[in-house]
Formats: sequence, structure tokens, C-alpha cells
Amino acid sequence: MRPLRLTVNGDTLETAAPAHWTLLEVLRYRLGLTGSKQGCDKGDCGACTVLVDGRPQLACLTLAALAEGHAITTIEGLMPLHVAAGGDGPDPVQGAFDRCGALQCGFCQPGMMLSARALLNRNPCPTRGEIREALSGNLCRCTGYTQIFEAVELAVAESLGVAPAPRAWEEQRMKPAEAQEQARRAAAALAAARERNDGGPGARS
Amino acid sequence: MAARDQHGPGAPFGAEQPGDKRNTDFRVVGKPRQKVDGLAKATGALQYADDIALPGMLHAKTLRSPHAHARIVRVDCARALALPGVHAVVTGAEMPIKFGVIPWTQDENALAVDRVRFIGDPVAAVAAVDEDTANAACRLIEVEYELLHAFSDPREALTRAEPAIHADNKHGNVSKHVHLSFGDVDAEIARADVVVEDEYEFHGTTHAPIEPHCAVATYAADGLLTVWSSTQITHYVHRALARVLELPPQRIRVIQPALGGAFGGKSDPFSLEFCVAKLAMKTRRPVKMLYTREEVFYCHRGRHPMQLAYKTGATKDGRVLGVDARILIDGGSYSSFGLVTTYYAGQLLTGPYAFPSYRFDSTRVFTNKPPCGPKRGHGSVQPRFAFEVQLDQVAEKLALDPIEIRRRNFVGEHVTTVNGQRITSNGFLQCLDEVERASGWKARRGQLGYGRGLGVAGSMYISGTNYPVYPNEMPQAGVQLKVDRSGLVTVFTGGNDIGQGSNSVAAYLVAEELGLEVSDVRVVAADTDLCPVDLGAYSSRVTFMVGNATIDAARKLRRQVVKAVAEAWKCAERRVRLIEGRCIDLEDPQRSLPMREAFHIAEARFDTLGATGSYNTPKLGGDYRGGTIGASPAYSFTAHVAEVTVDVETGRITCDKVWVAHDCGRALNPMLVAGQMEGSVYMGLAEALLENHEVNRFGLHSGPNLLDYRIPTSVDTPELAALIVESLDPEGPYGAKEAGEGPLHPILPALSNAVYDAVGIRLKKLPFTPGKVLAALRAARAGGTERATDAASAHSAAARAAKGAH
Repeated sequence: MRPLRLTVNGDTLETAAPAHWTLLEVLRYRLGLTGSKQGCDKGDCGACTVLVDGRPQLACLTLAALAEGHAITTIEGLMPLHVAAGGDGPDPVQGAFDRCGALQCGFCQPGMMLSARALLNRNPCPTRGEIREALSGNLCRCTGYTQIFEAVELAVAESLGVAPAPRAWEEQRMKPAEAQEQARRAAAALAAARERNDGGPGARS
Repeated sequence: MAARDQHGPGAPFGAEQPGDKRNTDFRVVGKPRQKVDGLAKATGALQYADDIALPGMLHAKTLRSPHAHARIVRVDCARALALPGVHAVVTGAEMPIKFGVIPWTQDENALAVDRVRFIGDPVAAVAAVDEDTANAACRLIEVEYELLHAFSDPREALTRAEPAIHADNKHGNVSKHVHLSFGDVDAEIARADVVVEDEYEFHGTTHAPIEPHCAVATYAADGLLTVWSSTQITHYVHRALARVLELPPQRIRVIQPALGGAFGGKSDPFSLEFCVAKLAMKTRRPVKMLYTREEVFYCHRGRHPMQLAYKTGATKDGRVLGVDARILIDGGSYSSFGLVTTYYAGQLLTGPYAFPSYRFDSTRVFTNKPPCGPKRGHGSVQPRFAFEVQLDQVAEKLALDPIEIRRRNFVGEHVTTVNGQRITSNGFLQCLDEVERASGWKARRGQLGYGRGLGVAGSMYISGTNYPVYPNEMPQAGVQLKVDRSGLVTVFTGGNDIGQGSNSVAAYLVAEELGLEVSDVRVVAADTDLCPVDLGAYSSRVTFMVGNATIDAARKLRRQVVKAVAEAWKCAERRVRLIEGRCIDLEDPQRSLPMREAFHIAEARFDTLGATGSYNTPKLGGDYRGGTIGASPAYSFTAHVAEVTVDVETGRITCDKVWVAHDCGRALNPMLVAGQMEGSVYMGLAEALLENHEVNRFGLHSGPNLLDYRIPTSVDTPELAALIVESLDPEGPYGAKEAGEGPLHPILPALSNAVYDAVGIRLKKLPFTPGKVLAALRAARAGGTERATDAASAHSAAARAAKGAH
């Protein structure tokens, strides 16, 4: 049994666990933070993704002891951190996932949303291709990813104050000209924002 | 009550007469809405099975067979029990009663009793203070095996009866055989202008939900057993626990917590549910068992490997005259739902195309491999693949456009199929129109240049079946509503929300019927102590059946409220309407009440407010043995167009985009319907291009992990365009049908057909690996004087000719 002092979601917590326990095991079974999920326990699925010093990391491949001294953010921390920073309610990523249908069974999504949060922190205006790449370590078995991409794009569009491009299933229900116009505006806003951010702190990759 | 009694024959979706505009004037239904548990999922607050931690809880692990087929001579647990920290060990001898979902084929034990039938078959289970100790104890259990011949090839199992994998099976190693014939197939095919005969193969795939199976049990001092399980069918787990543990069912409570994906893979009762229950009873402590990812692959129940031989005869204008099918199904080591699989493999092919004659011979055999079972599109994805490729072969011979041949064979609406299935609404033609339009089919098929192509396929699927797996006359779905004086309505349903959103659908329907905000409805589901029975989340039955039961209950409650308020207002009941959280007088806009007060009036008038609702299917199906299997109150229809790029150097197929049009009757929430459609295409696409649940000739799984079993990542998934078609079914809840399984089917054949359009090779054996593509390209080059590219241009020329022909 090894004593552990971990900084999780802004709190310093003390516990003890066998020396070989992973960060995921300690979060789930010692600290009661069960929002981080175990899908494979060997680094294949990404459901256990947490943020360590702001970067997405697989908690099932991280020894708990090695997480000491680092700032860990789990899914339980997103809403309180957002509120503490002056926001209202859930983190915009969480809200967008909810409103886009990205949460089917929801099991992979804590890891997915943390990967998305980390992406937006370092690149506030990602393209669809950049979103695909950033989430490629998180397996989802329900959605086919489309509504997840749309959720991230909704969060981006809302941060820019524009309507997002029509979602894949909406296009058929809109007049083609309207759908094209909405998509064009969203793309233009994104391009302009990317240009503004070029070289700025948000553009680090 | 049956939906037909509820709605009448003329498809009135609201309470008004058919055709009344108000029937389509929905407040809640038909709009993209958040799920009732969406934010709980988004914030990590929702509790899944492995999130449950109880005071004093023990952890259990399973010892599994390292042999594919062996007799158990001796099991000695003494050393394991002596290990400090071990509290109990259980073996098969303590739970000898067999179980199985289908009452006639109960051939599974909670733990192996005298024989193991596949590598991974559970033999013993240990409860200990922690998982490490339980694992160490498993290694101390001594099992002596006597090895038996292991069957790997289903063809061998078909002809060789000894050693029998199930000694008490009457037909050697044949699990089930079905032979059904409708019309004179031989005569029809004899008079056909064109006949195509070919063989196809499906390899076997698994569900791979991201949540591994998990169960927790407590056994209280008063003898109440409570089991939380990641199951998609609470009711069958309840029945199986009572049977195997020999407990009165009223002393057992089964609860499904939030479920992290299922896709059919959590439909059977599993060993871990019995083991945690038995271990909790032995230790009188809470016990949890969580399967490892490897164990999830072993317990499997995935899509059956099938060898399919099809013969189709058609007239020269492309009308199908007869279809003759022979199917050999590799069932793995246990029956599971296999009786139904064997029927579904034939019974579900008779739409969306009219077959004047049809015959199928379907045989499921046992082999010493992980057991197969129901996976999304149960039993019908493999035959659909074979037939839709064959239909393109017929079209090619006749120089017909593949979409056109599908239109010409359309079975129609409100018809009975050749095997006696009643089809009601049918939006298949609109589905074809939508994918044709959206994909630019007319301008682009055959015109994309060598290496790129488009392919089409169609399909049909059930919205539940009228065949309950155990025969009974009771409703298939039941719902209870309870009204609180706060204005909150609680829905109690046995339906299992497995991520598809069935709890949300129940809330939407109650809100619609009672004029409430969705946030004023709460859903309690899948708890056998609290909820009326529902048969669970399988066969795409939940929206249709639970939906109808919910509407039934909500309408009874609405009638009470309306009657009480009308009496209080001294006006006719037709003037009282519940809408947007208020009870209003349609003829006096000044008079209205918040719903809460309307509920108070009704409670004062009628006593404690509540209602029950139920759904049962009407009598359906053909009048022959097996005629009710596959008979559904409504069928959904789907068409896909897939666009592919084939790299002829590497043999790699890339799917660039899929257009999926699906007739879901009515989209109660189009965003959730689209999610089901997109997820279905993604899953089927992976079965064709990436995934292979391969078991080698020793019976060992070739890669039981999520790295070797390649489920697609975000960069592997193509662009998906969901095109929702709404045919408004006369018996569905507000016209809804299923959307969770049907949209998977066409992608496999559509990909094969697209590859043919791209490079002129006909892929008939799944999965479409680069090796198979390269071999087919080589064979095409060697097969004639033409090089493959020439064959492809000849093929494109044929396609252009076909386009010109009509």
C-alpha cells in the first residue's frame, strides 16, 4: 500500500493504494470519481482519458504514483471549473454534446469530451479534420462519430457567436440554398477566426 | 391493448379524426430534443454497473477453460479457498440447472458442470477482498480435463455427430434446421430469362460495446437477492436467476443501471449474473464481477458466420421470380437465440422486394467456439448481404440500373409477403429516391473513373416481433404512470434504455399526450421491483411497443384529468385541452389552469392519480410452423448508396461517403433517429472492411482486444449523410417504427457493389481485406485477355449502356 497525494479537479486529496494501481483505479475505486470509465484497461479505447496538466492522458496506463504533483482534471471537474471561472452550468463542450445527440450510451464520452476540451484549449477553432485527428484515440461504438464532430463544431461556433453549419441530418430538411448559406457563413467565421488566431496563443498545436 | 384497437385502422396519430390537421400538430414529438439523461451522461454523474460500490463489497473473478472441448474430470478448489482474502468459490456443480433465453434450447450452465465447450467457457468463480486476490485464487484451482475432439469447421459439425458438443441434443451437432418453401420455386426459376447462382460468406463479428459486462449482487438478511447488471433484458435475467438459483422470483430484484452499449451483446443471461448472486448468497456480502475486455470477447454472442448459396431467377425486365437459398450457420458452442437466428436467416428476406416464390434451407450447427447470438440486425444482415449482391449480378446481366431493378421489384404497401408477413407502411421507394438524389447517382455512377465507384443496396427489418420468447398471453410491454401533486409525472417502464434513448422517448410521449414540458416527466426504468414487465431491448421493439404502451397509459390519465376539469368548469370535455403545461378551455381563452392545479382537481375527483398502459401485437404471421418468427407489427425500410475508392496497388478500400435513407415511420426525435442511422452504418461498414471475430483452428480467439479487433476510430469513419423518410405507420406510436437495426443492413452489400463499380471485381466473401481485393484483381487480370482496367472500362461501358436503356 502506497500513500498518494493527488491534485484532482483543484483539490488535493490523500489516499493510499497498492503501488501497482493505475490512476484510473485510484480515481474510480479510491476517490469515488467514477466518471472516468474503464473500457479495455490497456490503452486501446480512450474511455479513461483525463487531463494531466491540461493534456489528455490515458488514466489506465498511468501509474497513480506518477500522477502525483500534476494537476488532474476528470469529467466531474469540468462543470465546477467552468462555473468557478464565471461560466453558467456545464462546460460548453458538455452542453454541445448533449444538444447534438452525441451522448448515446455515454460510456466513452467522458474521455471524448476531455479530449475535445483539450483540443479547444490549444486550438479554439479547429477544422473538421483537426477534430477527427484529436478524437482518434477515443473509440465510440454508438454514434459513428458524426454527432460528436457536430457537437465540437457547435461549441466552436457558439464561442464565435455564429450558427454552426447544418448538421448532416438537418440538410435534407432545409432548403438547399439555405443550408449552403448557413454552411458558408459558418465556414467564413471559422476561417476568419483562424486567421485572427494565427500566431496567437490559441494556435499552438 | 393492441395499437390497432388504440389508434383505429385509419392512422389517426393524435386524438382527432383521421386527416385532422391537429393530428400532426405536435408540441414535443418530431423535434430535435436533448435526452432526459443527456446532461447526467455529459457530466459523468450517471451510474453504470461498475460505478456501484457497496460497503464490504467483495470482488469476483472467473476461471475459464483453456481447452476448446474437454470433459471435466475433477475440480479441486481447496488451495484457492485456503488463500488469505478468499471468501468463497463456486463451481458448476452448485448450479447444475441449465438456462437459455429460448425455453426449448436451454443448454447453458452458469459454470461448466461436466464439460467445457470453448476456450473461455467459465468453470469456477472466486469472491475475494480484491481482484488481485481473486485472480490469484483462480490460478490455484486445479481442474483436470480429458480432451475431446474440437469442432472448428461448421461443415464438419454438420456431418460428424461424435463427439456431440451437447450430449442431449437430438440431432448430433446440428443446433437447428429450418426448411421452408413458398410457391413453386423450381418452376419459377425454370421459366426465368436470367438465373444467377453464387456463393457468399460472412465471417463473424462481435458487438464490442465500450462498457464491459458487469454485475453486482447483494443478498439481504431477509433473503432478498438484488442484482444490478449491465443487461439489455432485465426480465429474462430475472427469470433465469430464479430458475438456476431455485429462488422464488418475488425474492429477486434485478436492476439495470445505465448501460454502456449493448447492440445485442447483453441480451442473454451471462455467467457473471449467476456467479455474483451465488457468491453473495454464500458470503452474505455484496459481490461484484467486472469482465475484462478479453472476457467480453469470449462471451461474444456476436453475428454468426454464415456460408450462403443463393440462386435467383428473374424475367428479362428484371422482375424476380424465385429465390432459392441454402445457409449454413456456425453457431459456436451454445444455442443462445440460435433457434430464432436460423429462422430469421430466411424469414426476413421477403421485403422490400416481392418474391413470387421463395425457398430457404437454413442449418445452424454447434462448433467449439465462443457462442454466437443476436447482434444488431439479428440473423438477417448476412442473407441480406448475399441477396443484395446477387441482385446487382442480375441487374448486370440484364444491363439494368441497380436502383431501377430495386424499384421494379418493390413489394408495396399494405401487402402480405410470400411467407405470410404483413407489411403495413413502406417508404422504400422514397428511400431509393433520396439516396439516388443525394448521391448524384444518375450523373456519377460508372462515371467516377477507374478506382472509384458507387453502390446501392436496400433492406427491411422488424419493429419487434409478435413472438415472445416464452409463450404467454400477457402484454409484451407495460407502463405505469404516477402523478405527483407537484405536477411531476413519473413513468415506470420495464423497457431497457441501452443508449438508444428509450427513456427519453417515453418522456416525450407522456409530455406530448399530457401537454407537459419534458422536464416535468421523469422515467424510472428496468427495475423489476418497481416497473411493469417489458420484454427488453431487442428486436428493435422498444420504441414501437413501449411507445404504444406509454401512449395508452397517458391517454387514460388524460381522460381522467379532462373529465374532472370539465366537471369543475361545467363544460363539455371536448373544450378541455392539455397543452404547454396548462389546461385550457378551447372556447374561452380566459379560462385556464396550470397542469398542477388540473392534477389536483383530478386527484380530488378520482382519488390517487395514475394509469397503466400496455401493448400487445395483433395476431400476425403465416399459418405454418415458424410462421410467427419474424412476423412484426411494422417493418422499417432502408436504402444506402456507398462511395468507395479502391487503391489497386495496396488493395485497400476506402469508403468516402455513405448516404443512408431510412423509413422510420415517424421520427419522434429526428436527432436520435439520425444517431441510430449513423451508428448503424458505421458498425456495418466496419464489419465489411475492418472487423473479424476470428477464432483459429485450435479454438483460440485471434485477438481479443480493441487493438487487434479493429473497431473504427474517428479517422476511419466516412462522411455519413442521414436521410430520414417518414411513412407514418398506422400502428406505430404516432406512426413510428424502428431505427436502431434496419439501417445497418445495406452497407455491406452496397460496399461490394460500389467496389464492382470502381474496379470491376465482385467481392462475395466478407471481410473485404486488401489481400482479397488484390487476389480478385489478379484473377480478373488473369481471367481473360482483358486487363483489369479494360474489364473495368468494359464494365463502365455496360453501365453507360444501361443508363441509356431507360
